[in-house]
Amino acid sequence: MSTPTLDPGVAPGRTAVALTEPRLPSWAPVLVGVAAVGVGALLWILGASVAVGVLAALVVFLVALPGWSAAVESRRAAADRLATSLVWSTFAVAMIPLVWLVFTVLREGLSTINVQFLTYQMRNVIGDQQGGLYHALIGTLLVTGMAMLISVPIGIFAAIYLVEYGRGTRLARVLTFLVDVMTGIPSIVAGLFALALFVLIFGPSIRFGFGGSVALSLLMIPTVVRSTEEMLRLVPADLREASYALGVPKWRTILRVVLPTALGGIVTGVVLAVSRIIGETAPLLVVAGATDSVNTNLFEGRMTTLPVFIYQQFSLATPKGLSYAWGGALVLIAIVMILNIVARIIGRVFAPKTGR
Amino acid sequence: MSATQTPPKADDTGLTSSRPHGRGDRVFRGIAVASGLVIMLALAGVFVFLAIEGLPAVSLDAGAYEPATSFLGYVGPLVFGTVLAALIALLVAVPFAIGIALFISHYAPRRLAAPVAYLIDLLAAVPSVVYGLWGGRELAKNIAGFQSWLHDWFGWLPFFAGPPSASGRTILTAGLVLAIMVLPITTAICREVFARTPRLNEEAALALGATRWEMVRYAVFPYARSGMISGVMLGLGRALGETMAVAMVLSASPIVTLNLISTENPATIASNIAVNYAESTPEQQALLIATGLVLFAFTFGVNFLARYVAGRSDRRMAK
Amino acid sequence: MAKSIDVSDLDIYYGDFLAVQGVSMTIRAKSVTAFIGPSGCGKSTFLRSLNRMHEVIPGARVEGKVVVDGQSLYDPSVDPVAVRRQIGMVFQRPNPFPTMSIYENVLAGNRLNSKKLKKSEADDIVERSLKGANLWNEVKDRLGKPGMGLSGGQQQRLCIARAIAVQPQVLLMDEPCSALDPISTSAIEDLIHELKSEYTIVIVTHNMQQAARVSDDTGFFNLKAAGQPGHLVEFNPTKKMFTSPDNEATEAYISGRFG
Repeated sequence: MSTPTLDPGVAPGRTAVALTEPRLPSWAPVLVGVAAVGVGALLWILGASVAVGVLAALVVFLVALPGWSAAVESRRAAADRLATSLVWSTFAVAMIPLVWLVFTVLREGLSTINVQFLTYQMRNVIGDQQGGLYHALIGTLLVTGMAMLISVPIGIFAAIYLVEYGRGTRLARVLTFLVDVMTGIPSIVAGLFALALFVLIFGPSIRFGFGGSVALSLLMIPTVVRSTEEMLRLVPADLREASYALGVPKWRTILRVVLPTALGGIVTGVVLAVSRIIGETAPLLVVAGATDSVNTNLFEGRMTTLPVFIYQQFSLATPKGLSYAWGGALVLIAIVMILNIVARIIGRVFAPKTGR
Repeated sequence: MSATQTPPKADDTGLTSSRPHGRGDRVFRGIAVASGLVIMLALAGVFVFLAIEGLPAVSLDAGAYEPATSFLGYVGPLVFGTVLAALIALLVAVPFAIGIALFISHYAPRRLAAPVAYLIDLLAAVPSVVYGLWGGRELAKNIAGFQSWLHDWFGWLPFFAGPPSASGRTILTAGLVLAIMVLPITTAICREVFARTPRLNEEAALALGATRWEMVRYAVFPYARSGMISGVMLGLGRALGETMAVAMVLSASPIVTLNLISTENPATIASNIAVNYAESTPEQQALLIATGLVLFAFTFGVNFLARYVAGRSDRRMAK
Repeated sequence: MAKSIDVSDLDIYYGDFLAVQGVSMTIRAKSVTAFIGPSGCGKSTFLRSLNRMHEVIPGARVEGKVVVDGQSLYDPSVDPVAVRRQIGMVFQRPNPFPTMSIYENVLAGNRLNSKKLKKSEADDIVERSLKGANLWNEVKDRLGKPGMGLSGGQQQRLCIARAIAVQPQVLLMDEPCSALDPISTSAIEDLIHELKSEYTIVIVTHNMQQAARVSDDTGFFNLKAAGQPGHLVEFNPTKKMFTSPDNEATEAYISGRFG
């Protein structure tokens, strides 16, 4: 422990220079922390639950350190220490559900995962027979892929309009605002929209994968627009001017200079948007329906996606259904995390090379 | 986009060159504008199609609104449940969001700030169906004891009147799960506005001898107030519309009660749609779409307000 | 191939704001013309109006006439894109394209305009342009490296190479040395001297010594008063301008008594 002592001469009695005020030693928070953990552990040993122990430790820390500070230092310093402790503990507490959730999904899901689970469908699976989520993986791939095909071009071109053409116009301001508002559309409303649209065209019992893609596009487009817009704005105006000054028309400048420069960021944004919609359940439940079999036709018949599979199995409330739900959750989280990591890597790789 | 570009004619000065690029630019611009218009149309379409399909459901036979007898009687308790769950979520999430945002922007050691921000963003990456699964199976089980403790000590408050649910699958649990889901977006926005506090203001406060907390109170918070409000509103919008987490945690019935921990819990609009969708007649389908329209109008209003507040503060700062 | 430029009674507006008023001058072919004057007097704005780059800024417009070798720049039939191909520009800060190598940067103008080039042609253009910009010897072994990896002065010369690779008639330079150190600056100044045998060069500079060193003619811009539009005070051969200027304000500015 080589903690730097900020103010070694803590000697309240001495009337030294007015610049030094009595201060707690720099190891005070550590000492109080250890003591608080000790109290929590003691309670736990005496029979209280882990949660109570942690809570007690937290409370002890939040009371003891500011209290000590108020006694030795000043009220202002005590308030500062309380605020600092609170800020640190909010962070610590917020990590609990994340760790807990990941841990639970791993604990419950790992035992379900095997080759059959990943390659079987649920068609005609009765009782304890082995089934799987293959049909849901196919469904997720198709529905999400189609949603991408719809939203990526629209999103990128809308962003190009906002940044390159519409700057300062009324239309652009309205569009920016609507895109912002659109990010807040509840996913189930997007599903109902797609349903209402296709019910109007095909009649009330229509359920198909493409409807799900439309619903997901509604959720994906605003994210793509926002991230692309942000990336395009980061492209320095210098570069555009340099290109114009070479006598390059605007659209070629956008295509050959602006987009390549922003490419890494745009791809990252798209991948993140996909990772967001790939976990959507409600809209697909409503408009794509659910089925036990593989369906590879987006325009015909119900289509199950991974999140809907999880919900389906969860709703069965049987031990097998629940273990399948956890297994599906593990697969889904793994996919989302991989997409997140891929997005980061792409962002790194495509970042403009400086060569230094 | 075809390669019909004629190279500029080498006339005397080359200045006119019969404008070979005018068309390319017009086409490109046209596509961009069209994309923008498609987005606007889609948004308008949400309203229009929900209205076409949903509005007839406002005046059905009384029997269609089981267990209520009118549309308002049907949708009223759902609105109540939606707002209640969202309020619980905000009450829990907002202090945490502000704390974490401060941690990232002002308190954390520099090397810790970016990873922490990433971890919080990971919370947003977890799909809602997984939150529902975790909330309904794991969190509910473990929090049931805490809820009966609340009943034992604070049973005199209407919120904890009980009798406490043994399974823990209550609106309080749903609210907590929603809080976790709301946390990332509110944190992200607060973090951004905190980080935008002008350095000069902060240094001015510190130079006057302020502690770090006083600097935050006098320099950061006043500057960030409207940004914080808009972050909270966006969180509210998210909580209002969340479907699966609530549907999977709650065993709901359409009632109005402030009791947060009993076995009888109010449903939310979104969870009600998800739960009842599978076995609905066209008439009920229309009814559910109508409640969806109510939800959309509601969240639209909240988001609209949030963006307006944020926009206003941006404009003020731009001056 | 170099052209002369005749400007008569040019006004430049940003929206309703008149930024530059009533400029008339003749820029001679194959010479260096420098614009000097205090900040905000409209030198750069005027420079940009010579290849219609000001149109990039929303709301900017021009009234008056700019004639390049007998053709009016603002004639409705004139394509601004074609104008910029004839009248190149070098900016204050070096701005090579970050996604491109040195080689690709030089060819950017040709490639972006989708001219199909044979490999040997492309190599020729790169070598000629880089030699023209006095950069060839420094980069010939690493043409495939990113342009952003060069030093500031090298980047600026790369931008000049990029501008002359499309073989413009005129080269506009907007304070090309203001972001560079003295050694790089002198390299660029030497380059300007060499380029003038082939190109008409117009340069905006804050550095009066630089104007005196490199230019044949000098224009002095000034504001009538704060908030008033900028205007051209005096336009004369550089020698005359720096020894016996016609205008008192010019003399005051040059001798450092104001501005």
